Amino acid sequence: MQEVLRFRSLGAEAVAREDFVEEARQFRHAPDVPSRGLSLTIRGLRKSFGDNEVLRGIDLHIPAGQSVAIVGRSGCGKSTLLRLIAGLEKPTAGSISFGEQARAEDIRVMFQEPRLLPWARVLSNVEVGLGRERSSADAQARAEKALVEVGLGDKRGQWPSVLSGGQKQRVALARALVSQPRVLAFDEPLGALDALTRISMQRLLERVWRDQGFTAILVTHDVSEAVALADRVLVIENGRIAHDFNVDIARPRERGSAELAALEGAILKNLLEGTEDGSDDL
Amino acid sequence: MSLIDSLPRVRAPRLPRADGLIPWIVPLAIIVIWQLACITGFVPARVLPAPTDVALAGWKLLLSGELIRNIWVSFWRASIGFLIGGAIGFAFGLANGLSQLSAKLTDTTLQMVRNIPHLALIPLVILWFGIDESAKLFLVALGVFFPIYLNTLHGIRTVDPQLIEMGRIYGMTDGELFRRVIFPGALPSIFVGLRFALGIMWLTLIVAETIAASSGLGYMAMQAREFMLIDVVVLSILIYALLGKLADSASRALERLTLSWHPAFQKH
Repeated sequence: MQEVLRFRSLGAEAVAREDFVEEARQFRHAPDVPSRGLSLTIRGLRKSFGDNEVLRGIDLHIPAGQSVAIVGRSGCGKSTLLRLIAGLEKPTAGSISFGEQARAEDIRVMFQEPRLLPWARVLSNVEVGLGRERSSADAQARAEKALVEVGLGDKRGQWPSVLSGGQKQRVALARALVSQPRVLAFDEPLGALDALTRISMQRLLERVWRDQGFTAILVTHDVSEAVALADRVLVIENGRIAHDFNVDIARPRERGSAELAALEGAILKNLLEGTEDGSDDL
Repeated sequence: MSLIDSLPRVRAPRLPRADGLIPWIVPLAIIVIWQLACITGFVPARVLPAPTDVALAGWKLLLSGELIRNIWVSFWRASIGFLIGGAIGFAFGLANGLSQLSAKLTDTTLQMVRNIPHLALIPLVILWFGIDESAKLFLVALGVFFPIYLNTLHGIRTVDPQLIEMGRIYGMTDGELFRRVIFPGALPSIFVGLRFALGIMWLTLIVAETIAASSGLGYMAMQAREFMLIDVVVLSILIYALLGKLADSASRALERLTLSWHPAFQKH
């Protein structure tokens, strides 16, 4: 397991935080819900596209049920890492292993674009998420349940084209949830939404994560989103994990609170330092 | 004041019955003006017979059974030629859209053949088939082939790759992927090809019948020209217009039925 970096240069506040961080490291998941997520271990992961090495040796362990945000600037390799975890790309070197044998339906991805089939009604779009269980007798009932869970039970018979951007993304979430995945990877899922919709979607994501206890991996460029949602924030720079923060702030988290802002500031500072070093080739 | 501001903000209340009639106002007006021009002698009957005379000629031909027989022959040739050419074009479009190997093997050849005007083959086709049915079917099939082929191919090639990736992630088999993602995605483009093909179908058939046939609408028009029956010539031309409109309406209806998901086809 890689070394966990502490908060740096936060002055007096950082000292007070030290013990808190220690305590939070034991923190896994809302203790009242047994996690059904899968743990994830990545060793020596590298990925090159032609001569361009995007990931240059990632070592990472994610405990079952943890929610991890991966932040970094454009082109740092964070989306590639997510695509590798989701099995959409093959690693050039290294390995990714899950705590238990994972079925295809156990790992789901949600993208920035909803990627709904425009020619299928909302309900059958959700049914797509059942994978090989699509033809089972209770498929429709499960799809309906997932739709209700994201608050769109009344939209089951609609065409996707009449939904708003946020509603489409919620249908995509229902599709990802319907197979009850144990790992759910989000690639900038809220990137295309307006500010208010983003906030309500963030609340929804947090709620389903707490309800269902999957392991969540969230790639985002929005640091405030990362600290609001995640147990842990990884900063990726130049294809490596540059920093690893634990977010030991009690849930439900209040947006705009001083605690969140301080942590967000610390992470942003790290990100910006990386830029000033000139250690990248952007 | 911009143009937008000057537009009326509220739509005029709809008259549901009148709505369907609006497209027919212009054709009806043309017929009325045409009739008036003929009655007043502004247009001599030798140049253009009055609509009533054309209708009368149509009525006579209808009674003799000649009209129905010729329309039926032409309709049959058009449909069979269309089915053959359309099916082959669709099959090639699918094969070349889905398989790189197939595309490499045949696309260049097909593009070369496409650039030969198919009506330029009429002399050759007459030599091959005589003025038999197969000559007309061959020409119609050839004419219909390309728009269907090109648009099917284009439709399949332009299916959103993100949707295909999504389908794969969610464990769709190749068959499911085709049925649920690729084919519906290509359908709007296939319909564009279908409507082009319907136009080419009539064009080819009428030209082929005019040049080499012993029955059909084109033949009827050519025979009438021989005997200076200008009313029958005009009648034939009007029937082409009606049949063309009919084919177009049929394909539109099919489009509305299968593309009801598409924002362009949703009723508001």
